[in-house]
Amino acid sequence: MANLTMVQSITEALKQEMERDDRVLLLGQDIGKNGGVFRATDGLFEQFGENRVIDTPLAESGIVGTSVGLSLNNMRPVAEIQFLGFIYETMDQICTQAARMRFRSAGRFTAPIVIRSPFGGGVRTPEMHSDSLEALFAHTPGLKVVIPSNPYDAKGLLISAIRDENPVIFLEPMKLYRSSREEVPEESYTVPLGKAKLVKEGDDITIVTYGANVPFVHKVATEYEGKGISIEVIDLRTIHPIDFETILESVEKTGRLIIIHEAVKTGGVGGEIAAHISEKAFFSLSAPIIRITGYDTPFPVTQVEDDWLPNVQRLQEGIENVMMY
Amino acid sequence: MKVIIDEEMTNLQKAQVVDLDYYQLIDLDGNSNEKQISNLNLDDSDLSSMYEWMLKARQMDKKLLNMQRQGRIGTYSPFSGQEAAQIGSAMALKETDWMFPTYRDLGACIVNGIPIQQIVKYLKGHLEGSKTPENVNILPLQIIIGGQIPQAAGCAWASKLRAEKDITITYFGDGATSQGDFHEGMNFASVFNLPIVFFCQNNHWAISVPFNKQSGSETIVQKAEAYGMKGIRVDGNDVLAVYKATKEAIDRARNNEGPTLIEAVTYRQGPHTTSDDPTKYRDQEEVSEWTNEKDPLVRFERFLEKRGLLTEEKKKSLMDEFDQKILNDIKEAEETIPTTIDQVFDYVYDHSHSVLQDQKNEVAQRILAKKGDIHG
Repeated sequence: MANLTMVQSITEALKQEMERDDRVLLLGQDIGKNGGVFRATDGLFEQFGENRVIDTPLAESGIVGTSVGLSLNNMRPVAEIQFLGFIYETMDQICTQAARMRFRSAGRFTAPIVIRSPFGGGVRTPEMHSDSLEALFAHTPGLKVVIPSNPYDAKGLLISAIRDENPVIFLEPMKLYRSSREEVPEESYTVPLGKAKLVKEGDDITIVTYGANVPFVHKVATEYEGKGISIEVIDLRTIHPIDFETILESVEKTGRLIIIHEAVKTGGVGGEIAAHISEKAFFSLSAPIIRITGYDTPFPVTQVEDDWLPNVQRLQEGIENVMMY
Repeated sequence: MKVIIDEEMTNLQKAQVVDLDYYQLIDLDGNSNEKQISNLNLDDSDLSSMYEWMLKARQMDKKLLNMQRQGRIGTYSPFSGQEAAQIGSAMALKETDWMFPTYRDLGACIVNGIPIQQIVKYLKGHLEGSKTPENVNILPLQIIIGGQIPQAAGCAWASKLRAEKDITITYFGDGATSQGDFHEGMNFASVFNLPIVFFCQNNHWAISVPFNKQSGSETIVQKAEAYGMKGIRVDGNDVLAVYKATKEAIDRARNNEGPTLIEAVTYRQGPHTTSDDPTKYRDQEEVSEWTNEKDPLVRFERFLEKRGLLTEEKKKSLMDEFDQKILNDIKEAEETIPTTIDQVFDYVYDHSHSVLQDQKNEVAQRILAKKGDIHG
């Protein structure tokens, strides 16, 4: 075991997969000699060389487009988009090209690429760096979307993503890159995609969240134990396909559901979960389903970032709201 | 403009009319220089085979256009007029080379292993219409203009990284050169010295927009210079000139000498698609010129007739043979069991997730109920 931050565990996953499979190669801006702007590829250029840790021209569509081509021809590219806010530049290559390659060729061709990208608020980035865009990809059939919330999961999920036969969008919460350390096994291991994690058991409320919100939600939920409210916390880990079974089982027990994410509310993942649970567990619900999310505005200026994001106060209000029923 | 061209054509002057300022081996009357032709290393049967593919492609295109008019296939994008560009380039490929075509490149596709039957299935909306045969490295027809260009660069990159000798060719039109993906694909190919041929069919029209409104550049090939790669502008209606230019570009790519941009100047004789009416935006005199004296088949026929390789009788018998073959392919495609709605769930992921599985079960039950109605 080693005591690692999330970004270190990501580096370790990349390193071990590159050692295991020589088809795995990394592409991105500044990922080579510089080791990535967040150092996620630190040391890999020195170990694997310029043909496997590739500093590309500054062109998102080129990075993903060539990754699609590499994967069609039996390579396993892991592309880094420096910040998720830049990914619109390559939406066609992701959503039209990679996502439907298997479908439109009736299985003859596939595009097993991984796109890694740092995202999310709370770190005072410049404009257009912090947006949470996971719903765009969850809305695109053919993609998987993964968001880890801790170093252990980050390593195991990334290894699973690289070995997956489908294109995977792997989103890394910037806020969590170095916010904590955790014991992470030194050997290679996988955490399955499509499977949520039960972070904390409880009987009164189910809270579904993922990524950067998991640590504070867990903390608040634990504090409520002392106030006589028992909260179950589910970390989705995979945003698409969603592990509805785990959520359903929990809501059937608690009867109350709060969904928390940083992404804007309208058309978000929370709405999809709420609709699904309404369809499948309507009679188990004893309170309206609540969503605590980013507001329906562009990601804001830094001075109001903390008020815009889901936070302790907004969560407390939500908990009190559903407990009135 | 410093465009790298074949030594044999250097007598052409830069100042000439744009349409003449390209590499040509056969003139409009079918005349050629014997030494240039013998340098191609094509024997009489190769030349005949080239013609047969062009004729078959033309017959197929006509037939598919008719089928659309009869309501037997969906929207169709005819490629008549571009046979020399497509056949000449595709015949320079090896079987294991990779091809990234667009929806208007069916001529190139059939030369390298896409069965006509599969094309008909695609146009009839069959789920497996884009399922390339296992041993053929041709991607499904690209619909998004320019989207295949960076992918082709990536594919060529994989071959290079494994030190394999396969090269990649990607087809696109003049309109695609305005797209960002054209730039990004060309740039990556140049930076990483990738074994790829960028084959642009400049057919003068991107739906209704002529090339002079597509680009402020006089030619497409001059863009090669900016990327630091080789480029050649070729008469795209001269099948032998296209073959030679493509063969040289492929040989360079195979020898790790880098990418090439080819501009094949040709003409889209028909509409953009069967939903388009080109009389609204282009001059009929122009169309008439390109469909008669500048037609690629007419020119190659004159060339072959002069060499005693083609007669009217031979042409007639080939046409009958191809028509029959194409009709058989169409018949087989039309007899294929149609796609059913439950099949759409099978190729979204390698393994369906639970929501997809539920949706598949839902439609499967509806299909079962329908069958019950019929039999009950």
